[in-house]
Amino acid sequence: MLGEGILKGLVETARNFAGSYVSKDRLTTVQYPEERAPQIEAARVFPFLVYDGADWEAGLRCVACQICEKECPPKCIYIEKSKEKKPDYVGKMQIYPARFDIDVSVCMSCQICVEVCPFEAIKMNTEFELATDDRFGGLMLDCHALAKSNEYYHTIHPTEASEVDARLAEEKTKHEAKQKAAAEAAAAKAAVAKAAEATAASAPASAPASPDAKPAAPADKPAGGGE
Amino acid sequence: MVEKADQIFVLLQHWLMSFLPAAWQHAAGVVLGVVGIIVVYPTLFAIAVLMERKGLGRMQNRYGPNRVGPFGILQPAADGIKALIKEDIVPFRADAVVHFLAPLVLVVAVFMGLAVLPMGRNMQLVDMDTSLLFVFAMGASTELSIFMAGWSSRNKYSLLGAMRAVAQMISYEVALLLSSVVIVMMTGSLSLTKMVEAQNHYTGIFPHWYVFTPWGLAGFVMFVIAAMAETNRSPFDLPEGESEIIAGYFTEYSGFKFALFFLGEYVGMFGIAGLGTTLFLGGWSAPASFLAWIPSWIWFFVKVELWICFFIWVRGTLPRLRQDQLMNFAWKFMLPMTLVNLVDAAVWRFMGEGWLRWVVCAVIVAGAYALMGRGGMRRKGLGPRSYRYAE
Repeated sequence: MLGEGILKGLVETARNFAGSYVSKDRLTTVQYPEERAPQIEAARVFPFLVYDGADWEAGLRCVACQICEKECPPKCIYIEKSKEKKPDYVGKMQIYPARFDIDVSVCMSCQICVEVCPFEAIKMNTEFELATDDRFGGLMLDCHALAKSNEYYHTIHPTEASEVDARLAEEKTKHEAKQKAAAEAAAAKAAVAKAAEATAASAPASAPASPDAKPAAPADKPAGGGE
Repeated sequence: MVEKADQIFVLLQHWLMSFLPAAWQHAAGVVLGVVGIIVVYPTLFAIAVLMERKGLGRMQNRYGPNRVGPFGILQPAADGIKALIKEDIVPFRADAVVHFLAPLVLVVAVFMGLAVLPMGRNMQLVDMDTSLLFVFAMGASTELSIFMAGWSSRNKYSLLGAMRAVAQMISYEVALLLSSVVIVMMTGSLSLTKMVEAQNHYTGIFPHWYVFTPWGLAGFVMFVIAAMAETNRSPFDLPEGESEIIAGYFTEYSGFKFALFFLGEYVGMFGIAGLGTTLFLGGWSAPASFLAWIPSWIWFFVKVELWICFFIWVRGTLPRLRQDQLMNFAWKFMLPMTLVNLVDAAVWRFMGEGWLRWVVCAVIVAGAYALMGRGGMRRKGLGPRSYRYAE
């Protein structure tokens, strides 16, 4: 019958209309400023710099290697290296960024800076309310504004942050083992040298030192693969 | 008391007029009536827009505007302020004079149509003997403004929209006119006041509205369909089909001129709803004899608002037609049905009182509808769309 489909459609919309007043689960709208949808873990908006410990300046993982600056497709990262050095998380002396600025208005959230960073220093934030009324200074975020603690990283990306922590800890133990081995080797060498001094025959002393040097080479590699 | 409430606006007008010298009173009365119309209908427009946005939202299971003021009721005010302070852009090389005149012509024409509508007992700005013709004449001149807008914009989408609008409005005007001719046949008058008076009787508690007769019901349904097409409402909103031609004839309009088009469209809707109410739903008369104490103007505006609600409901339900479906429907279904309805009304008129004419007239209308519907469905002219390449 002509017009039957129209009547069916009218009934359907009428049911929606009345139902939206009766059952709350029909209305899927999240009324944004008051209500918020739960944050998705894999979300990425804008990068931030991770620091360990309490002091952001001391704990910043970034060593100003400038790889991200060079890889950034829209060229929105600006880095200046420091003159002096400070110790990093394993205690090695490293350069740190004297200036590290990212332009919010240029960044395209591609995450390439995160992919290329060998030091797990830059990660993606999930904070999306980046609007500001200052369109010049307010859009250029400096080192301080970008620095976020490792705890914060754990709250926004728990899985990824745990993986990173495990990797860093492994690296640190390896580094310590290497240091220890090196120290032992040095001690052994010293002992051997002492012995050689005494015996004046030092030919077999170099043999135990070379196997210890080998694991030191792969120890640097996991840090580069920032997945 | 009841009488006073019914005539409150008339009394107010007379009271205000009494402050003026006798020579000016007539002119002042007309001006007061015009002011009344110009205040009431834009207010209704604001309410209707809010209702439409909220209602469509609810039909799609969302909230609709709920930020400006409590429950979003100040949204029309915010929209109005926005439209007023927006930049008014006239395209380079557009015909500036015609481009400027088009929204004015539209608004003037739709408001003129309201002048003869009886909005309550004794509430009619001009009581013309040929008021029905006047309403249709004013309705037809909105086509002119739409074509002016489309032509002067020098934009292919505007022109396409205007061409579609004119084609559609001329086609459906035939159906609109023919579906209301049955009322003229019954009342023997073109005066809207007389039509309301003819329907303002009761058998028991039931009113003598024309919609409660077989030919009246058929005429009413076709009038509603044609009215939707006349006012370019969804599903007949091809002239402004957003997905195809941006906004149709008012693509190049911005700011206050756009707001005038918007206003004109809605006031046109009120006008045609008021006309339909007057023709088929007893105008300002109460729907039951024991409700006659409620002022007549309340009944008129309640009925008009119900029409608007129905228009919104249909807009929330149906997708837009294709141009060929639109034309097929107008010429292959609406026109024959209205002609059959004319015959039906004539049969009713000359069969005299009795139950037999009810049966005969109902059979004629229902039979014509069933036959034409089946034929149309079989030819696929009116039936479900068939997609040859998109399976």
